[in-house]
Amino acid sequence: MRALNRTNLWLKAGQALALAVAVCFTLGATDASSRNTDLSHRMMCTCSCAQVLGECNHVSCPSSGPMRDELSAAIAGGATDKQILDSFVAKYGATVLAAPTTEGFNLVAWIAPFAVFAAALLGTILLVRHWALGNPQLNAQRAALNANPEMNSLRDQVRRETGEDGSF
Amino acid sequence: MATLGSFALLIALALAAYNLLAGTVALRLLATGQSARISPERLADTARRAGIAGFVAISAAAFALIWSVFANDFSITYILEHSNRALPRPYKFSALWSGQEGSLLLWAWLLGTYGFVLRLTHKTDVKLYAYAGTILAAIQVFFLAILNFAAPPFALMKGAIPDDGNGLNPLLQYPEMVIHPPMLYLGYVGFSVPFCFALGALMMRYPGEKWIKTTRVWTMVTWLFLTCGIFLGMHWAYAVLGWGGYWGWDPVENASFMPWLTGTAFLHSVMMQEKKGMMKSWNVWLIFSTFLLTMLGTLLTRAGLVSSVHAFAQSSIGTWFVVFMGVVLAVCIFTYVLQRSHLKGEHRLESLVSRESSFLFNNLVLLTACFVILWGTLFPVLSEYVVGNKVTVGAPWYNRVAVPVGLFLLFLTGVGPLLPWRATSIRSIKRNFVLPIIALWATVIVAIAVGVNPWKDGQFDSGNFYALVAFAMCAGVTVAILSEFVRGAAVISRQTGKNFFAATWLLTRRNTRRYGGYIIHIGVVIIVIGLAGAAFNRNQESELALHDKMALPPYTFEQVGATQDSNANYDSEWALIDVYKNGQKQFQMMPEKRVYHASQQPQTMVAIHSNVFWDLYVVYEGTNPSTGQPIIKAFLNPLVSWIWAGVALIVFGTFIALVPSLTPQTASLRVPAVRTVPAEPLFKGGD
Repeated sequence: MRALNRTNLWLKAGQALALAVAVCFTLGATDASSRNTDLSHRMMCTCSCAQVLGECNHVSCPSSGPMRDELSAAIAGGATDKQILDSFVAKYGATVLAAPTTEGFNLVAWIAPFAVFAAALLGTILLVRHWALGNPQLNAQRAALNANPEMNSLRDQVRRETGEDGSF
Repeated sequence: MATLGSFALLIALALAAYNLLAGTVALRLLATGQSARISPERLADTARRAGIAGFVAISAAAFALIWSVFANDFSITYILEHSNRALPRPYKFSALWSGQEGSLLLWAWLLGTYGFVLRLTHKTDVKLYAYAGTILAAIQVFFLAILNFAAPPFALMKGAIPDDGNGLNPLLQYPEMVIHPPMLYLGYVGFSVPFCFALGALMMRYPGEKWIKTTRVWTMVTWLFLTCGIFLGMHWAYAVLGWGGYWGWDPVENASFMPWLTGTAFLHSVMMQEKKGMMKSWNVWLIFSTFLLTMLGTLLTRAGLVSSVHAFAQSSIGTWFVVFMGVVLAVCIFTYVLQRSHLKGEHRLESLVSRESSFLFNNLVLLTACFVILWGTLFPVLSEYVVGNKVTVGAPWYNRVAVPVGLFLLFLTGVGPLLPWRATSIRSIKRNFVLPIIALWATVIVAIAVGVNPWKDGQFDSGNFYALVAFAMCAGVTVAILSEFVRGAAVISRQTGKNFFAATWLLTRRNTRRYGGYIIHIGVVIIVIGLAGAAFNRNQESELALHDKMALPPYTFEQVGATQDSNANYDSEWALIDVYKNGQKQFQMMPEKRVYHASQQPQTMVAIHSNVFWDLYVVYEGTNPSTGQPIIKAFLNPLVSWIWAGVALIVFGTFIALVPSLTPQTASLRVPAVRTVPAEPLFKGGD
């Protein structure tokens, strides 16, 4: 019963975490000022300064001022975020977007890092488990040691005092 | 001087080629036991001496270029393009690395310097150093060939020689630019040395792990230079570019960060090889990858492969680098395949929850971070190649992909030291983790209470969320690391009767590498706190006429005047801004704008007022052409000074880690005899 409760608790914690992550990636700004900030940070200045539009402020920049005015006008005109971004892409090209979209081949840009990380993590866990479980002699030794709580306590003390646990 | 420089480069190439050739023949003779007219040992020694002479030749070339800059010898094209008469003296040195040819010369000279030190200290291990020196000579041949045939720094002007040069790029005319590039290059170039040792040790099937110790010291020094170089670059970007940030995920910034990540991974995993004889292949490939990444970074900067504000002009030397990288990779793979039996591990991991596993996962995350950055840097090229569309991969992408990876790495920084070697018990985990977890949750509660709330006004703020997670993890990691010091110091204090601080010092001296490493980790934590502060950056921009005010709570800015000045190098304008807090004048800030005569390029010089809580950062953006009034942009950037403080701690920690630990013999000279104290019985006899 207790084990079941604990499982439920972990399940709920997992759900809460998933919800937090989902919220993190879905919610967006709504009022004009924060939409302006948000959208200007999703586009690049086109003057070759490699700065995000919302942060480009170098002296005599020929692009960022007009682009920001254009953005403010589009927001004031009631265009949606997608319409604004599409109109900028149509005018300045795909490189105006500060990050790849989540469509078509661009989706690979987002997926690949997490996929590689997950694969590497899984591979490492499986490898270590294989090493750890694939050694019957070691397993027998460990089982014998773990069966004795006093030995556990003594081993901890030895490790503590000899620095094996990283204490010194 | 141009003739001297050109000849010196040619002689350096000849000497490096001899070093490579004679070294290879000598080592081949030694390996096969064949006899020759000259003994292999003598031949190897002539190769080594040629390497030393090569350093003198390349130094002469570097000296000739610097001399020509100071002498305003505009008959040399490079000097004409990167200097002028009015350039202040310290920046004359910067001319050496401000262009393609000069920076390659700097690279070759630093490589020669490292080689000089390596060859002078050859008695440490004559055979291993002979291998390393010969491989290093191969790298030198490559760079010197480029300097002689593809990018000659002493190429002469055709036609009439102008009276003055084009001047140095204004962005480089800043004090940090006199030290940032050499630091970065010392780091970049330095990774060639561990590479040479690793490849040499593998080629000769070096017995034992001694080579790893030699390599580790070189790697730590190199890593320190690269760390300093990266952060000096960040500080320069912050103080000069005027956009209020310090890291823009530019491809060239990324190029410097990638070898840093693999180098850091090596410095961690090498401990596994030293202590347990594990991960030998992994370590060798980490070093190989680090070296190849330094080459890739150089290729990115110079070949025009990706667009970057840092990149030099596009040139044909990209092809040279691609071929060289291909050859290096082929040699590495061939040697590895041939000698892989020598790299068989002596032990295997026994548990998923152990110090060894934490090192492995730490490596995994560092390499993932490296992959993420490489992927982001090269994705525009890949996209253009696959679908014909070039896209931008900028800060928003990195913030979403790299930040979670970084936070996971921070988590491991705290967890690793708390896990014992081999395996652990649930009880031990509970005991070691209770305090860090309490600190973590306490920080979450306090941070939310003071306003670090990811759910503000019903909306989710990802910046605040990441900042909250970062602050909480930093607290947990700090407590985890400090508890390591406290536990160890308490044991020593009990054994020796020393007070806590003396015991902590002795503890650190007994294992400088471990505790130096922990100090570095605390430095990283402090840097992360500083980086997390960026989530709360605020700014305000306004056109300010005389005595106009602008508010950026808790400060108010008043424009009280402007002044200007002129010198031989540039014209300047300053806006005089009084800063008020709670109605009281605090100080005056003077943001500046310059226009350089030679290039006619404008440049901002930001005014920064720093304290432990935040930086007040004021930019004079110029004047409104229609009104003639100055436009001022002010930023309030929290916790930025923590970043620089963290770097100082990393430098300190690295120095500690480089100092040899007290051995039992040396310790006995410093530690008083163990005081008799009632010891806790380890074994309860008879119970």
